[in-house]
Amino acid sequence: MLEITIFSLLNGTVYGLLLFMLSSGLTLIFSMMGILNFAHASFYMLGAYFGYTISSHIGFWPGLIFAPLIVGVMGALLERYALRHVHKHGHVAELIFTFGLAFLLEELTQFFWGTDQQAYKGPSLLDFPLFTLFDANFPAYKAFMLLISIGIFLGLLLVLTRTRVGLIIQAAITHPNMVNMLGHNVPFVFMATFGVGTALAGLAGTIAGPVMGTYPGMAHDLGSIVFVVVVFGGLGSLAGALVASLMIGIIQTFAVGLNYSVSDFLVTIGVSFPADHFLHDIWTMTLPQVAPLIPYLMLILILIFRPMGLFGTRET
Amino acid sequence: MSTLTDLRRSMVAEARRRQRLTWLISAVVLVALPWIFSSSFSISIMTQIGIAIIFALSYNMLLGQGGMLSFGHAAYFGLGGFLAMHAMNYIADGAIPLPVPLLPLIGGVIGLFFGFIIGTFSTRRAGTVFAMISLGVAELIAALSLIFVGFFGGEEGVSSNRTKGPDFFGFNFGPDIQVYYVAAFWALIAAIAMFLFSRTPAGRMANAVRDNAERAEFIGYSQRNVRMISFCLSGFFAGLAGGMFAIAYEIVTEETLNMNQSGAVLLMAYIGGVGYFIGPIIGAIIMTLLRTVLSNFTELWMLYVGLLFIATVMFVPSGLTGLLMMHGPAWKRRSLKRLLAPYAAISIPSLAVIMGVGGLLELTHFAHTTSMDDRVMTLFSIPMNIDSLLPWAGLIALFIGGVLGVRRLRPMLLDAWADANGAGGGD
Repeated sequence: MLEITIFSLLNGTVYGLLLFMLSSGLTLIFSMMGILNFAHASFYMLGAYFGYTISSHIGFWPGLIFAPLIVGVMGALLERYALRHVHKHGHVAELIFTFGLAFLLEELTQFFWGTDQQAYKGPSLLDFPLFTLFDANFPAYKAFMLLISIGIFLGLLLVLTRTRVGLIIQAAITHPNMVNMLGHNVPFVFMATFGVGTALAGLAGTIAGPVMGTYPGMAHDLGSIVFVVVVFGGLGSLAGALVASLMIGIIQTFAVGLNYSVSDFLVTIGVSFPADHFLHDIWTMTLPQVAPLIPYLMLILILIFRPMGLFGTRET
Repeated sequence: MSTLTDLRRSMVAEARRRQRLTWLISAVVLVALPWIFSSSFSISIMTQIGIAIIFALSYNMLLGQGGMLSFGHAAYFGLGGFLAMHAMNYIADGAIPLPVPLLPLIGGVIGLFFGFIIGTFSTRRAGTVFAMISLGVAELIAALSLIFVGFFGGEEGVSSNRTKGPDFFGFNFGPDIQVYYVAAFWALIAAIAMFLFSRTPAGRMANAVRDNAERAEFIGYSQRNVRMISFCLSGFFAGLAGGMFAIAYEIVTEETLNMNQSGAVLLMAYIGGVGYFIGPIIGAIIMTLLRTVLSNFTELWMLYVGLLFIATVMFVPSGLTGLLMMHGPAWKRRSLKRLLAPYAAISIPSLAVIMGVGGLLELTHFAHTTSMDDRVMTLFSIPMNIDSLLPWAGLIALFIGGVLGVRRLRPMLLDAWADANGAGGGD
């Protein structure tokens, strides 16, 4: 039990911080432009694929630097030449546009890289177990992921709260017109924020690709969860995104690790059902099976009872 | 005064008469179609189109008429389909004496039931919150469908036999043509019902709430109740389409209620044009044809659909129907023929652009997937060797030439457009 607790906590934190890297960009973009970018996880996928391609030619470390940069530039160009254009047609059109973009990017990825999972490997430098606890290894690469995520979080926090650029960004979130009047190029700030947000997603993809797999469905698998994180934490709230990321990361990892079912619980209180009972599927439902449902349940519940999310200040 | 009222009355009567005529013509066309397109392939496609029309129209009750962007409409479609499938199994066992063609009603009632449950908490707000709840509910149901193997049948889904039902005027619904007529019947009935709903006070209020919820509240309507009515009915018709799907395919799997299906119906409605009642019908026809016909020619059809969708959102937000309707003023001025020549002229370079892009994509895809000893691809009935430079250069030249041609002809088209619509001329 202790073993499961410690490893679930560690893995859950790694996963949660990865979610944070994605959701921080998404929530920043949302609070600034009011766009919920459906294609955000697609940039995560692109990061993994670019990382894979670069790493298979010149190595993992250059990929770690260049892949997020390429993704960020793509994101900035997209904002400048497509999203800004769609913006004229209103928020629903924007949401639909990013939805279509996610669809298109998945098809394009399959077009260029095929439908198979890619053999994207982490650096051999980090290919050793960091420590062994109760006969289970904790790979050094995961510690590296943890380190990068924490570094990104601290960096983001410092830039946003301690620098002039962060000041302008924060002001542009709440008072874009005023900032524009003061002579700052707000459209450029938007484009740059979009670029940085997508670059963060790309970085998350580049470091997660070797662990979580690099395949065309990876954007779809994570995309909805990232949405849940952002809505649950409160749209536009970085602190909320951090708390929600860690919560969902840890809860999901625990649920996968604990193999209990409803009938186990019922047996302990002395109730049992025959195997051919028509609700058999419900009685034998196990926690690992339910794990993928938890985020969506959390999403629906928070939207019903507290639509602004945990730390959010405004609705929609 | 009385002449004015009379005038108004006669105009309403005229509009009603035209609507009735439209539905009558649609019914005749639906009956006649299998004689024109009589191959089993085209009859199966037309059945699919019928199902898609009901589904897309039900989606547009939300997005187009009610202003609710849903990312999870397939949930009602799929649940209706699954329940109808189980009902079909009971019918085959002789447990319920229901004729098979009435199965879509069961799907519809199920869609209504789930629409009612989910609507109670999701229709309080429109906009992003509604979209997010619809996404969460759909993902939840899609994930549940893989857990409850007993009900959803796991990966294989649930299947049944539509020919085992009680006698229905001597039809057993084995042949596809009989299924087509069932689908056509329900598509027509559903389309009429949804059209009439859009003309009821409830339907009009749905438009009002979409445009300005606050004002609707001030004149005494609860925005939530207005949305709720649209949402439940939309669930009903989606379930109806799902039930029809069950009859047509005799198998329902998890794929009918997952996110791809929800995305597909959004694509259909949007590409067709959400602002018009007929838009989703056009979208359903075009998207079904693209899916069934284009997929016979190329593996990349999904990519083309994605490109078409993005292009629609970016350049024609009112959809294909909106594009057609833009010609209304010119049609009324009887000046549409002035546009014919410019359209014909610009269609040549446009076609070159499309062929250039498509050709390059196809050639690249072929180069990716082919083996070392198969280097020649036949494209536009021209054999092309992917190792030689010529086909690549030719396609790139076609593309660039097309782009230059479109740019050159564009001012001419804009002039003709202004001329046909009487701008500047003032005649």
